Amino acid sequence: MSAAFRVSGGAGRALRFTFDGVAYEGRQGDTLAAALLANGVHLVNRSYKYHRPRGILTAGAEEPNALVAVTRGPGRMTPNLRATQIELFDGLEAKSQNNWPSLGFDAGAINDIAGKFLSAGFYYKTFMGPKATGTTLWTRLFEPIVRQAAGLGARTSAPDPDRYAQFYEHCDVLVCGAGPAGIAAALAASAGGKSVILCDEQTEIGGSLLHEATALIDGRPARDWLATARATLEGRAHVRILPRTQAFGYYAQNFVALSERVADHLAAAHPVRERLWQVRANEVVLATGAIERPLVFPGNDRPGVMLAEAARLYLNRHGVRAGARVVVVTAHDSAYRVALDCQAAGVTVAAIADLRSAPGGALVEAARAAGLRLIAGARIAGTKGRLRIARVGIAAGAGATEWMDCDCLLMSGGWTPSVHLHSQSRGKVVWHEDRQMFLPGPSVQAERSAGACNGAFGLAEALAQGDAAGAAAAGAKSPPASYAVTGDPPQSGGWLGRVATPDDASGKAFVDFQNDVKADDIELAVQEGMRSIEHVKRYTTTGMATDQGKLSNLNALAIAAEKLGKSIPQVGLTTFRQPYTPVSFGAFAGSNRGDLFDPVRQTPIHGWAAENGALFEDVGLWKRAWYFPKAGEDMHAAVRRECRQVRTSAGIFDASTLGKIEVVGPDAAKFMEKLYTNPWAKLEPGRCRYGLMLNEAGFVMDDGVIARLADDRFHVTTTTGGAPRVLHHMEDYLQTEFPDLRVWLTSTTEQWAVIAVQGPKARDIVAPLVAGFDIAHEAMPHMSIREGTVCGVPARVMRVSFTGELGYEINVPADYGRAVWEAVWAEGRRYDAVAYGTEAMHVMRAEKGYIIVGQETDGTVTPDDLGLNWAIGKAKKDFVGKRSLIRPDMVAEGRKQLVGLVTANPATVLEEGAQITTSATPAAGTTALGHVTSSYDSPALGRSIALALVADGRKRKGETLHVPMPGGAIAVTVVDPVFFDPRGDRLDV
Amino acid sequence: MLLIRCPYCEMDRPELEFRYGGEAHVARPADPMATTDAEWAEFLYFRTNPRGLHAERWRHINGCGRFFNCLRDTVSDRIVTTYKAGTPRPNIDGSAS
Repeated sequence: MSAAFRVSGGAGRALRFTFDGVAYEGRQGDTLAAALLANGVHLVNRSYKYHRPRGILTAGAEEPNALVAVTRGPGRMTPNLRATQIELFDGLEAKSQNNWPSLGFDAGAINDIAGKFLSAGFYYKTFMGPKATGTTLWTRLFEPIVRQAAGLGARTSAPDPDRYAQFYEHCDVLVCGAGPAGIAAALAASAGGKSVILCDEQTEIGGSLLHEATALIDGRPARDWLATARATLEGRAHVRILPRTQAFGYYAQNFVALSERVADHLAAAHPVRERLWQVRANEVVLATGAIERPLVFPGNDRPGVMLAEAARLYLNRHGVRAGARVVVVTAHDSAYRVALDCQAAGVTVAAIADLRSAPGGALVEAARAAGLRLIAGARIAGTKGRLRIARVGIAAGAGATEWMDCDCLLMSGGWTPSVHLHSQSRGKVVWHEDRQMFLPGPSVQAERSAGACNGAFGLAEALAQGDAAGAAAAGAKSPPASYAVTGDPPQSGGWLGRVATPDDASGKAFVDFQNDVKADDIELAVQEGMRSIEHVKRYTTTGMATDQGKLSNLNALAIAAEKLGKSIPQVGLTTFRQPYTPVSFGAFAGSNRGDLFDPVRQTPIHGWAAENGALFEDVGLWKRAWYFPKAGEDMHAAVRRECRQVRTSAGIFDASTLGKIEVVGPDAAKFMEKLYTNPWAKLEPGRCRYGLMLNEAGFVMDDGVIARLADDRFHVTTTTGGAPRVLHHMEDYLQTEFPDLRVWLTSTTEQWAVIAVQGPKARDIVAPLVAGFDIAHEAMPHMSIREGTVCGVPARVMRVSFTGELGYEINVPADYGRAVWEAVWAEGRRYDAVAYGTEAMHVMRAEKGYIIVGQETDGTVTPDDLGLNWAIGKAKKDFVGKRSLIRPDMVAEGRKQLVGLVTANPATVLEEGAQITTSATPAAGTTALGHVTSSYDSPALGRSIALALVADGRKRKGETLHVPMPGGAIAVTVVDPVFFDPRGDRLDV
Repeated sequence: MLLIRCPYCEMDRPELEFRYGGEAHVARPADPMATTDAEWAEFLYFRTNPRGLHAERWRHINGCGRFFNCLRDTVSDRIVTTYKAGTPRPNIDGSAS
């Protein structure tokens, strides 16, 4: 297809691309929007709610309509990209969105006719309405329709094959925006050698200078001046220029996030698609420009309706005419410059309709001199045309409506400074009544605004502000440069809210194009009681979605203010939130995905377990051997076998993940007295004790076996998941409450491999391997520790049990862990010992009623609740949590206490977390007595067992309670939580 | 992300290296068992929660490991100063914004 609207060939080479499967030709340097317009294509999308045909409205990041999906190969489909920013490459494939069966004929356009259902507050009214009408209508009628019809592009479900990088950078001055003000700022800031980053979302730096056709800077065409300025910046090694890079978020302490599009404009594969820059700048210059405002008149959304300056950009930068016959509707002088440039390029300018009654000034005069028809005091009746504008109805003053033929309507409601980043930096924005705009107020961070974002719209003023801001940001003392600008006449004007309409006006007047919010939706929201603009926004959805109201917010605000009879600042302004434009999730994730999402912690024995068929479970970041199934075994069979073998012979268990902290120093025992409930002063070296740690509120925080190695040295073990928390807690008290204690704390979790050998044959297995101490029962009783060697390796051997069987835990330096494990395993094979995993460990400890912190406890459980009062040193004057244990609620009746539960049917295994009630059929709203904390099929008991926290549970022993489940309540009897070997005979061997 | 000056390392470091530790200068009673229930509840659960300058504890947990104190403006999130544990709250008035 020939590019009929291309006025000049352009320097770029020809590129082929397709849109909705149709092949077109564009030019190197085009955006997709420019290339489509060159081919006369305006219709690119269907709107969100009404499925109205929509065209290309803008030429930049603020585009609300022209959202397309671009495919760059398998798995590389990105929806909702703005055609105004997509750079053309050879072979690009783009598709329109939100239409069925086709862009030209969209069945969803029925919504346009049935639009009454979709008025302001539609979602609230249907979601929140009375059950009889609202919810039912929503779930039965509206939701299916809305799901089918609404929305933006569809996502791809395939994993993203691209890579995303993250950079951290520091600089003296960050300049956001590389238009005239930004370039002047970067030149001034870098003149003295300060490091400068200059970023801009466009393909190349220059901003409005890239399409400036008439203005001269220092006597030279703007583009020539730009080329020199760019060469100067590129020649400075301390300047980094980042095109295609959007500064999207301004955070505390001059931390600014940038998103760089690295590869989307390349046809060939590239190792990185996007980069997320996290920049910490000493000073920031914001030169983010301004966005032209649409006019709110009936039919203002028809394809072919475009913002005026966008047409000038397409013409002067890309050599593309937006139409053959245009009508300009404006309230600002800048559109006259557009009309003049269009006329010069051979476009017929049918009329300039100015909403102002008496427009004047140099540009207006120039238009008159050029013979352009000017209609002052214009009122707009509407537009006509099916998939493209064909006519616009304009009345001059009080006169009758004249319908004018056109294929393009260029509108301008004036300019809205982009104060987003200033606002994100926590600087206030201030309403200037005389200029009818919000401008940056005083800075809170080391940040300053320059150029159009600061209200300096003229080129000379923008350059001067940029120059001054750059010099000030660099702390330069030398006077700023001076730029002489000619050919840029002063411009003024602007319009907010609805435009005036004649009596015969008809059609929808859109405020927010992306969300299909009309002027009367905002008025309806006010009528229905919304007072704050934040409420109006939520009720109508104006200013939401991917464009975040860049075009619509001020018009919406003005319409709401007028309806409320208040001033604009009284109605308020919605918050400017990050990100300025959408950012890929991939950029935020960076390399933190897949295997790199989280570190994986493996014990020294992990490899052996994997080689021997273990399945693993995640415990925090650890991989722990869960069970070791033999051929044909499921989990239950494997766990049953492992448990039986431990209790009849022996089992070997990798306990290396247990947290370990070495507590050392002359005051180590005093410190332990403070941090644990138990008494430690009289614990002899060589002995172990079960330690219970509380937080200051008296609730159980952690537990573990603690061994005293010497008067001044404890080997503390913690729960696997609790190790960092416990060390932090200890450090907190040591540093801030008991700083006089001479104690040092060292995490040794990863230094020791721990091999637990449990079962009647444990001693037989361990004895041949140890040297340097006597392992006999009398010489080394239960709960003792010995230092010596195992397999010739220095070792700490503790006689402890978490199964209820005779047991040893062999601690050896981690590097020897696997070798010692294999030696123990070889010894164990002589007794038919098994390797067992965490599941069997859990079952056996539950059979013994041993708690697991975090399973039997939830941060509200006291030692007494668990029946652990025996672990409290009654004679101790103080320990962390002690005072809290006598607070009234801690000793009140009705606290939940740890008990055992057995079901009537021994084969029924309760569900962990299930609620417990007195009645089998509790009334709705009944408070549960407690819940099941642990539940297993117990091989030792030959039946199911459970642990539970039950209100006044210890008094209820023998009582029948109920566990209501979806299939009916399960009757349970309350029993003692120690199911197996309650006297502990098996430990005393 | 905040930059926080560790008074022990004497360096500005990113927030990721630190862990928040609640209000500062809440001294644990020397003899907890001598306190009334009300006094103990006050110590356990009641904090000032000011609008403006807040003295709070931070720990350079992924650095030197030390606890220190910090004056932060809860309105602007600006950290006004940091100081070592055990030293008194600097005499800085009012909101920093």
